[in-house]
This record gives sequence, C-alpha cells and structure tokens, in this order.
Amino acid sequence: MQESPKYWKGIEELENSPEFVKNALTEFADFLPVKDSHGTSDATVAPRRDFLKLMGFGIAAATLASCETPIKKAIPYLNKPEEVDPGIANYYASTYFTGEDYNSVLVKTREGRPIKLEGNPESPVTRGGLSARAQAAVLSLYDGGRLQHFAIKKGTGEKAEHAKADKDQVDQEIRTALASNTGRIAIVSPTIISPSTKKVIAEFAARFPNTEHVMYDVNSASGLLRANGGVLPAYDFSKASVIVSFGADFLGTWLSPVEYAQQYITNRKVSSEKKTMSKHYQFESGLSLTGSNADVRVAIKPSQEGQAVLKLYNLVVGGGATSTYEEGKTQPLAEAADRLRKAGSSGLVVSGSNDPAVQTLVTAINRALGSAAVDVANPSFIRQGDDARMSTLIADMNAGRVGTVIFYHANPVFNHPMGEQVLSGLKKVKTTISLNDRLDETGSQCTYAVPDHHFLESWNDFEPKRGFLSLAQPAITPLFATRQAQDSLLTWAGNPTSYYNYLRTQWQGVLGGDFQKAWDKAVHDGVARGTAMPAPLAVAAPDVNAAFGAISPIGTGVELAIYEKVGIGNGTHANNPWLQELPDPVSKATWGNYVAVPRAMAEKNKWEQGDVLEVTAGGKSIKLPVLIQPGQAADSVSIAIGYGRTKAGKVAQDCGANVLPLATMRNGAIIYSNTVTLKHTEEKSPIAQTQTHHTIMDRKPVVQESTLAQYIANPKEVTEYETISTPEGPQKPNKVSLWQDYEYKNHHWGMAIDLNSCIGCGSCVVGCQAENNVAVVGKQEVINRREMHWLRIDRYYSSDAHKTDFETKGKLDTYEAMEHPSDNPKVIFQPMLCQHCNHAPCETVCPVLATTHSSEGLNQMTYNRCVGTRYCANNCPYKVRRFNWFSYYTNEKFESVNGHMFTDLGRMVLNPDVTVRARGVMEKCSFCVQRIQLGKLEAKKQKRRPQDGEIVSACAQSCPTQAIVFGDMRDPESRISKLLRREDGERAFHVLDSINVQPNITYLTKIRNTDEAVRNA
Amino acid sequence: MNSIRLRPLSRLFLALFLTFAAVGQSSAQDVGAAPAVSKEGVTPGATAGATPATAAAPAAGGGDAAAIAAGDALFKGNCAQCHAVNDVVVGPALAGITKRRPMSWIIPWVKNSSKLVASGDEYAVKLFNQYQKQQMPSFQLSDQEITSIVAWVTSQEGQSAGAPGAATNIKPADGAETPGTGAAGAEDGKYMNVLLIVLVVVLIVLVVTLVIIANIMKDVLRGRKDLDGRDVEVVEQRFDLSKIYNSTAVRAIVGIVFVLAVLYESIQGAMGVGLTQGYQPTQPIAFSHKLHAGEHQINCAYCHTSVYKSKSANIPSANICMNCHSQIKTESPEIKKIYRAIERKQPIQWVRIHNLPDLAYFNHSQHTQVGGLECQTCHGPIQNMEVVYQYSPLTMGWCINCHRETPLNTKGNAYYDNLVKLHDTKNGAVPFTVSSNGGTECSKCHY
Repeated sequence: MQESPKYWKGIEELENSPEFVKNALTEFADFLPVKDSHGTSDATVAPRRDFLKLMGFGIAAATLASCETPIKKAIPYLNKPEEVDPGIANYYASTYFTGEDYNSVLVKTREGRPIKLEGNPESPVTRGGLSARAQAAVLSLYDGGRLQHFAIKKGTGEKAEHAKADKDQVDQEIRTALASNTGRIAIVSPTIISPSTKKVIAEFAARFPNTEHVMYDVNSASGLLRANGGVLPAYDFSKASVIVSFGADFLGTWLSPVEYAQQYITNRKVSSEKKTMSKHYQFESGLSLTGSNADVRVAIKPSQEGQAVLKLYNLVVGGGATSTYEEGKTQPLAEAADRLRKAGSSGLVVSGSNDPAVQTLVTAINRALGSAAVDVANPSFIRQGDDARMSTLIADMNAGRVGTVIFYHANPVFNHPMGEQVLSGLKKVKTTISLNDRLDETGSQCTYAVPDHHFLESWNDFEPKRGFLSLAQPAITPLFATRQAQDSLLTWAGNPTSYYNYLRTQWQGVLGGDFQKAWDKAVHDGVARGTAMPAPLAVAAPDVNAAFGAISPIGTGVELAIYEKVGIGNGTHANNPWLQELPDPVSKATWGNYVAVPRAMAEKNKWEQGDVLEVTAGGKSIKLPVLIQPGQAADSVSIAIGYGRTKAGKVAQDCGANVLPLATMRNGAIIYSNTVTLKHTEEKSPIAQTQTHHTIMDRKPVVQESTLAQYIANPKEVTEYETISTPEGPQKPNKVSLWQDYEYKNHHWGMAIDLNSCIGCGSCVVGCQAENNVAVVGKQEVINRREMHWLRIDRYYSSDAHKTDFETKGKLDTYEAMEHPSDNPKVIFQPMLCQHCNHAPCETVCPVLATTHSSEGLNQMTYNRCVGTRYCANNCPYKVRRFNWFSYYTNEKFESVNGHMFTDLGRMVLNPDVTVRARGVMEKCSFCVQRIQLGKLEAKKQKRRPQDGEIVSACAQSCPTQAIVFGDMRDPESRISKLLRREDGERAFHVLDSINVQPNITYLTKIRNTDEAVRNA
Repeated sequence: MNSIRLRPLSRLFLALFLTFAAVGQSSAQDVGAAPAVSKEGVTPGATAGATPATAAAPAAGGGDAAAIAAGDALFKGNCAQCHAVNDVVVGPALAGITKRRPMSWIIPWVKNSSKLVASGDEYAVKLFNQYQKQQMPSFQLSDQEITSIVAWVTSQEGQSAGAPGAATNIKPADGAETPGTGAAGAEDGKYMNVLLIVLVVVLIVLVVTLVIIANIMKDVLRGRKDLDGRDVEVVEQRFDLSKIYNSTAVRAIVGIVFVLAVLYESIQGAMGVGLTQGYQPTQPIAFSHKLHAGEHQINCAYCHTSVYKSKSANIPSANICMNCHSQIKTESPEIKKIYRAIERKQPIQWVRIHNLPDLAYFNHSQHTQVGGLECQTCHGPIQNMEVVYQYSPLTMGWCINCHRETPLNTKGNAYYDNLVKLHDTKNGAVPFTVSSNGGTECSKCHY
C-alpha cells in the first residue's frame, strides 16, 4: 500500500548527462591541482622535487619551531564585570527586525561578544523560532563593510569621496543645513515598527514642520494595506483548515514567515491521536517554498492571478464580473472554492499580489467566509510602506521641491524600481543625509554619512502586532564610532535626551504600575504585552465593484515574476556570506540570481542551464543565466530580488543582477511582474548549485511519503520497511549483522526528523553554520562541489510515472516516463546530516582511528588525528562528510567570501568551544557535541541527571516548526523516546535501512493531504 | 690506522650527542632555573598529603547531608572569595552565624545587603561600617540555597579552629601516606645514607689493603732466586692497555653502547619537542603564590573566581587585587604596577604558562567542582612556588593516564547513581574510573 513515485534530485539526474554520470560515481569532483595550493607557476617542475623541498623546509621549520615556544599572554579584565565569567555564555533577549521579517531573539554572548542568535521561546509571536536571515544577522555585526565613522562627502562629480569627519562637525553642519532649509524635508525609511522611533521622528517633524516621513517596502504590501483601509490584517494560519494562497510565500518570505510557519504547521503535524490536516492550495508562477509544501499546487502566469482570484470570488461569493481564467480538467480552483465554502470561518485566502484590486477581492472572499484566521482588530504593523507616497517623493525630488532628505536604513537607489530617478533626484536635493550602516548605493550619494549602530548595539522597541511589544537591548559596546540613528535625530531636533532614556519614558506609559520592576522583566524577557499604538480604525467593506474593473486581463507574451529569496531577501543583508551560501530551498542555487524558466521553454529555445539571457522589459534589460526550474508556470520566468548590489561590500560584489527596475506600477502600487522579452546571448555563466552533488545510492527508498487517506485507513502501512532474505525468511535488516552492538549505559543521543513538519526553510543550515564555525567557500568552490555545510536539506522532485504502469505501458516505456519530468512536481525536503550510525561504515575504514564511536552513540570525528585519506567520505552512504580542501581562514582565495575568519573583527563571531578545522582534515556533524558536553557538565555540577530538552543541537533549536527533535534515547521519558515508541512501525524509518548501518537519526514519513487514488505498489 | 679513522667518527658522535642534548634542554625552557621537576608528572592525590584540602568531610552530626553537599558547592562558587568559616578574609568569619543572626535576617542580607543597610537595620549598618564600608554584592540565590550554605557552614564550624583560612583540614588523599609516615620515611633515608658511606669506606680500605698485600707478596717473590722463567714472567706481568684498545669485542661493545645512548637521548629529545614542562617565565609583576596561597592561605577561588563554575579558571582582574591592596602594602613597587595599570586603563599582560593546544578542550569546573580534584593535582605545590612554573607535562598521555586510573567522584552525585549501580553489578571488582565511563573517548576533549 505504499505510494512509490520516482524522485530525482535535479535536471542533470533526469537527463543522465555524461557529466552527471561521471560525477555520480565520484565522491570528490576533482583532485586538487598542486599548482593551486602551492602556487608553483612552472608547470614543468617535477612534483618530486617539490616534495623534497617541502620536506626539507618542513623539517627545518619543525626543528626551529621546537626550539622556541611562542610566548602567549593571558590578559585579564582590568575590572571584571560581575556577570561576565570567561568561558560561560550569557544570553540577552533582543529583537531582530530590519524591515523584512520580525524575530524575537536571544543573543548568546561569550566574553562580551555576541556569537549566536537563538529564538526567544518567551515570544508569543515567533515562539522560539528563528528565520535563516535572523540566524545570520549576528555575522553582519562584524561586517567589515560597515562604515566605521562619520563622514562627509568631499569633492564634486565622479571624484567625490567620503572623508572621515568629526562627530561635532557633522552635527554642526547638519544643524545649520536644517535651520536654513528651504523646501520639504523627507525622512525615507523602510517600515518602522518601533513606537518610540516613530515618536522620535514625530518630534523631529515637530521641530522642522515641513518634514514628511515616507516609508516604502522593497517587497511592498501596499496593495494589501489599501484593500484593508490602511490596516494590515494579522493572520493566524493555525485557525485555517483550508488555505488558498495566490502567490503568497507565507512560509518563506511573505510578511512574517516564522510566525506563519509555526501556525501553519500546527495543522499539518499528524500522529495516531490527531489524524487531521489542513488543506493547502497554492496558485503561483515560480516554485516557492510555500508552493513546495502545498497539497495542491497550480502553476499560473502572473497575469492569471487576478483573474483566478476573480473566479474564486465568483465561486465562493458570487456576483462578480466574468473571469477569463480557465482551468484544466482537474479543476483545482473549483475544488478549493468548494472546500472553502464548506470550511466557512476556518477557510483562509491570501495573496502575495501588490495589486490593490486583487487584494480587495481576497479581502472580500475572507469577509464572506467570515474567516477567523484574519484579524483586523489587532492588526499587524510589519508592512506600512506606501508606494504612492514614495513615487510622489521621487517626483518631488526630481522637481527640486525637496530641500533635505534623510535615509534611515533605506537604499532606494538600489532597491526601489525607480532607483534611477532617485539617483537623479538626489542631485537636486541640497542636503542629503544617510543613516545607513554603510556607504551603500544610496549612502554613497549623500553628503553626510552618520552610520547607525547595528541592532545588537542598540536599544529599541518593537510592536510587530498590536498588543505584542518587544525590546532590543545592546549585547556589545558599539564596535565603531557610530551613533544610534534615533540619537542622531534627537540631537538634530535639539533634544539632549539619550534614546535609552527616551525609550524608558515612552514605556512608562505602556507598562505602568511598578515601572522599574515591569521594565526589568521586559528587558529580561525581551517581550511584553501591551500596546503603544492607537486602536485601528474600523475597516470599511472593500469596494469590490471598483475592483472588478481594475483586475488586469490575462497577458499573452512571456511574463516575468519577481520574487524574494528565503536567504538574501530584499538584499539588505547581501554582504552576509552565510546567506549568500545558503542554498535556495527549491533550486539549491547559491551566490547569485538567475532566470528560472520552465523546462518546455528551455527545450523549445534550445537553452541550456547556465546560458546567459538578456531579459528586457520597458526599455531596461539585465543579463542573467538560465536555470531550468520544474514547476515554473508555462510562458513565465522568475527572477529574485536582492542581488546585483554594487556597494554593499566584498561579499556581495558581482553577485547576480538587480531585477527591480523591471517591475511596473499599476493602480498606484508596484507590481512585481511584467511582460518581458528574452534574448539568448553567447555568454555562459555557471550557476553554483548544491543539488546534484550528492547522489544517494539508487537502491531503496530514501524518502517516504504517503497520503492522509492512507494514514487514516491504516497508519501501519504508510511506511515501507525493507526486509532482507535469511534462511528464516524475510527479516528486518538489523537481525543480521557482522558487528557487535554497542551497549549504551549512560546516554544514547538520537534525533527524529519529521518530514511532514519540515518546510525546508534552511534555518537549521545557518544555525549549524554559526554554531560550528563552518567555513564559507564561495561560488567557484560550490561549483567544484566543495561546500562545507554540515547539514544540508535535500530536495526531491517527483515524477508522475510509477512502477505500477509496468503492466499497462510496458517496463521500458515506464522507465522512460519515470525519467520524464513532471511539469508541476511534488516536492519533499529532507534535512541530511551525519546519521551517527551505530554500525558506521566510516569508522571501519579510517586507517588512523580518527573517526570512532562513543559510548553515547556519537560518531566522533577527531580532527587532530585525521590525516586526510578521505576513505571515510568515500564509504559514507549518506555523503555527509566534508573535506577541508583549503585552509579557508588563511588562503587569500577565500578572503572575500570567508573574510570573517580572516580578520580579528570577523573572528569575534567564532564559537570558542569549537575548533576551526585545518586544511587536509575531514569534518562533519558532531551532534553539537559541545552542547552535549556542556549540558552534561551542568547536570553533574547540580548533581542530577540532565533534563529532557536541556540539551539540544543547534539545528533542532533553530527549527521554527519543531521538525527536528533531539534527545537522549536511553531516557524512557524523553520526547524522542516517546515519539519513537509511538511512531515505531508507523511513520518512523531509517534512510537506507537495508544496508544496516543503524543510524541514530530516524525520519518520519511525510503525509500529504491529497485525494488522489492510492496506487498499489 | 684504526684509531685515526675512529677519531673523526667519535667527534661526530660527540657532536650529535651534544646537539640532541641541547635540543632536549632547550625544549624545556628555563629548566635550569626551575626547581627539579618530576618527569613523570603526578598521580592524583600524591601531593595531596602535603597540601591543604578545601573539601572537608561534613560534620557527623549536622543537618541534612544533601543540603550540606549542595551548600559546599554553593559556598565555593559564591562565598569563598570573601568568606571563610573560621577566619576573617574580606568579610567576617561565618562560624556561629546562625547563633548571631536568625535566618530571616541572613536571607535578605545575602540577596541584597545594600537594601538592608539602606533600610537602617542596626546590625547591618554596624557590619557595613566595621568592614570598611565595603558592600557585599547581591546574590541571586534561592532561600533554599542560602539555607544549605548556612547548613554547610554550621557543619564546618570549629572543625579546625586555629588553622586559618578555608584551607583548614589537612586531609590525607587516600590514607596511604600520612604526614607521620612521611617523616618516618625521611628518617629511614638518612640511616641508609650513613650506612652506604660506611660501606664504601670499608670497601676502599679493603681494596687498599689488598693492593698493599699483593705488592708485598710480589716483592717477596722477586727476592727469591729459585724462580724459573715462566714464574718470573708471571711476577713481572704488566697490564697492556693497547690490547684492550685494539680488541674488536671491546670496541664493538663501546660502539653499541654509545650508539644506543645517542639513540635514547635523541628519542627523548624528539619526544620532548613542544613540551614545556617546567616552563617558568618571568611575569610582569613578581606575584608570589608562595606568599598568598602558602603563607596567607588565601583560597585559590578567591582570585581564580570561576574555577568552580567555568571552563576557564580566570586570571584575576586588577580589581580583585585591589580588594586587599587598596590598603595593604601600598608602597611596594610591585603593587604600584597594579595601580599604574588601573590608572592607565591598561590590563596587566601576564605570560601564560599552561598552554593547551586549541584542539583540546579542557574545563576546570569538570575537574574541580564535579571531579573534586585539588588544584595541586595538576598545578603542583603551587603554595610553595615563588614564581609559578608548569608542573605537569600537559601531554595527552598524561591526561589519558589519569583518566584511566582515577576513580570517578560519584559520591552524592545523582548523575552517577544508576551508572554506579550498573558498574557494581557487572564489574564491581574494578574501580569505576573516568575511562570506564567513556572518559578516554576522543570527543570528550576534541571537538
């Protein structure tokens, strides 16, 4: 009763190209050329002589080194802060919000340096989850690309450069300029959810009455705001049993993904006690993270979206204008409408469109359903940008009506579709001030640069949703001579109060009662209940009749869908190498954007992956390589924003192209789609993908999935367990073994990964990287398949053909069909890391015993013993071992991408409890052994056993959907023991069970809520 | 010819020997200046006989054993920096605290002493003034924790009145060696020496006497005329050195012995590369552990504040020195260096003596708080060191050896309860050592 679709890992695997076959059989792509590593320029030099030279030098160096031990200094504090003890981590609650997603965080500091961000479990909004971007934000604190002092632009024209300037001088000049200002003053920022910052801006505006505060969002929701009368509804996906999304990537990038992912997953988890799931329909152009998780995904062109929403309106509410959207024979939209009507208040429709007309209809449908998942009484504040006002400001700047403009974390030259006009407008503004953290595309055009602190150096408050407050507190003294932006504004407005005191005064009105006590608690917890925002106005019913007319017709040509990536987002953090190297959850591409095209289009035009296309729309064009993306809607292409930064820093340099200028304006809002023409160029530009690097042996199921119907009918049959033949008949593989079993007396660490809960967001990947000092290798080395991530998320596409077609279609034809791509594949995400096998194949082949088994079930990797034979990686069936081909922390080849391991500034982010691995040694997931050891030690000090949940790996801790459970399998009361007992024989399975390596990681079968007829295996 | 050929060869050997000797010497820097150091390191507990033990056995009669045990750890972690049971350190001696003040006073005092002083509590104000208006920091301890600390203090009262400081009890490590037997051992040694000298003297006298007798005999024989040629030859026989010199067997033996010696020395030298046992650098301030830890018996944790709770023992910051030296010995030139550091806001740059490579993880609290080891087990007789030197070799072999031999400190620790039971039922005859609990596995120290 097992559904058995054929999964393939990428286009190369499907095509079985000669290159793929070659690489599939070799674990390591290429041998390291000696030239590369030693820098010998003469190719004719015999390696033997090199060897002798090196030997000679090595011996001499070793002898010399042994003669004199370097003198090391131990430098204590002069006056040790009471709460800081060297070697003990302190945690401070804070908040991450940079205009994209909101996360309440705990900052882990060691000796006063923030080294990792973790989710704040106290937060009722993000509930301990953390997005990949927030995980990586700690690295941006130590970003060498930040502006480290105040600066004034000197010179004119092309030669103009920013020179370091004295703080008082800058303040003096700005004050004079503001006092003598003629024309309007504009403060441009992304969405600000800080009530106190808004008060500061209001105070500034009161001092200079012609001031206007203009907010705009790179990924704007201004259409959604307008459809709801200026209010952004708060969504609660846990209250929705039927979810219909039109292009809203709410698990990846839309509004508040961490919050939504947690809500969404509560209705997606199944167990023998709860055999219900929500039903999720996704209509979208490019294959998004949310679309990959949907039960039913329909690929539509961007221009079909409006008409599809209109059709849904007609089907659910009735009485709308005629829709031109036509469905295929399965009629998913009709089915969705039917389910929505039945679900009533537990139905929810969302749309990622920024077209006010589309959003008006979506709002009308939700109102008609009476959806409980939409809350406009306590709205969200996460997007407040107004596209129309920003357009007006840009026009005013060009018309010379603006005298002063202040950019507060806003970079419109890069990230506004009308960036060119912003640039030309800036030349007509007399006083330009940038509060941005670096001399970015906009900041470099401004006369005054007054860099803001990083958020980990600042005090601030936030109200992401009405009634939910949170605080940010500094976790480190400012590294550079910067000043918090609010303090700058207060100074210029003539208010001598520090922002910290200002903030406290504001909060006095919110917290009330015993203020000091309540304040201390709020700072400690990082979150508080209460509101600093006025009650929202009652929202009038949307004007649907106007919307019917404004819905755009379905276009004909090739359409471009502009989307945001989970990692890079809108490009603010483009200089963060962890995010650049985080593979896109779906395409698995790193370091740059690309044109995602459907397979049919590529075949028709004879484009191959990596061919550079020129994409033109509205007279502007960009050049990007092709990536063949299954699931991309026919006649459409997708390109991600956030790339093509020119002045973000070394890391972001030469990474893709900026697609935002190709966006259009409609109904006074930015529309993230356009009709484009594509032209093939002769250039080639390889895409650094991690997807086909690691072929899993093509033997037996690696991922398992089933349907909800099947799970309800018989949970014992959703997972196929492999058996092996023995004289006593078929047996479980672990009944026959060459090896003796280990006896675990103390602990037995294990992990369970629920494929049903894993949405593939990549938070764990960055969390692991931050915890374990994993090196960044850069684009070329990713292409060479030498990425170092200890934890990867394998993404499998499905094909529609099945082995069950053998009888009807014949074996050969079926196999051929199984290799044929599904135009709209189902997707499974599978986090893959060292499985910590009890009978580990790597351990038996190591000639120097550098990888061994511990008495607690860990597969230990000892770097100082490893001589780099790489036998272990060859013998690993899961391909999770990583080899240090270079010394990533000293080889200048990696200085631009792995710069944080080069400089003293960047090295502050390293976890002092984890060794930085040297060149020539193997590394892999350690199950966060440093956390295990620390947890055990704490328990021993307190003379007790460790409690369940006290010791968690970094990946399990960062997972927003709790898909990863880590714990002691010897403790019968631990969460993992209970889970494994419950799921044994039902959903629990081991990857490649038949080879009997007995992993300590157990996966749980994915269950889909589909009604498709179950195919018999 | 032989001898000519041999000469350059022997020179070469000599040169080699000297080279290796030099390498061996230089690898252990400043060894010459350091006192003679045991090459083998120490076995745990061996020095404990001569060292003060901070962990004293709980009083037989006093209170709940578990509370006292918990109080022991809490006291060391929080209080021992300023308080001792029977002696005034920075704060008052705590003996008899329960008689002086009720618990209802002690708890708020520990939690926030300045609040109590500010409230005008008479005793609190008096205490505050009595100790130079030095404020006791507030502690985030629960009522129960404070109670257990007090219980432990009560259990320690008067245990060793007269012996100052927290380092009160001279406790033998394993009962094998008491100070008494140690002294007896020394006495025995003296007799042995005398005996040996006497023996040597007697032997020398014997040899001289024999030689004299032999010469007299020879003279008597020479005087006789009735000896034939062969007898004369025997009497007139002379010892021929050149024969031994030319003998192949002797040459071979000497050669082999020399080669072996050189080989042994060079291997020893090579093994010593990177070892810094005995390393005794000059420190920027001539701080004497002998004076502080030895004569004044200041608890190690008073300065090395985090030794019981953290990975690092913590080199004391200048403000800890100032706790005493703001009043004591303010005129000393060495102390003035601390004042200068504080004035210039330049931290003192001590030379690090104990250097483990970055690939090895070591945690002090695991060994002190959990394992119950004395500082001296690894750091040697620190209380006798005028200038600190590296006492132990700090090699992996040294670590592993100790982990193999040392029984786990499982007493009263619920973490180990089931493990001990499991061990006793299966393998009760062998001690439950660190390594039998996985303490020699790679990932315990390397990650």
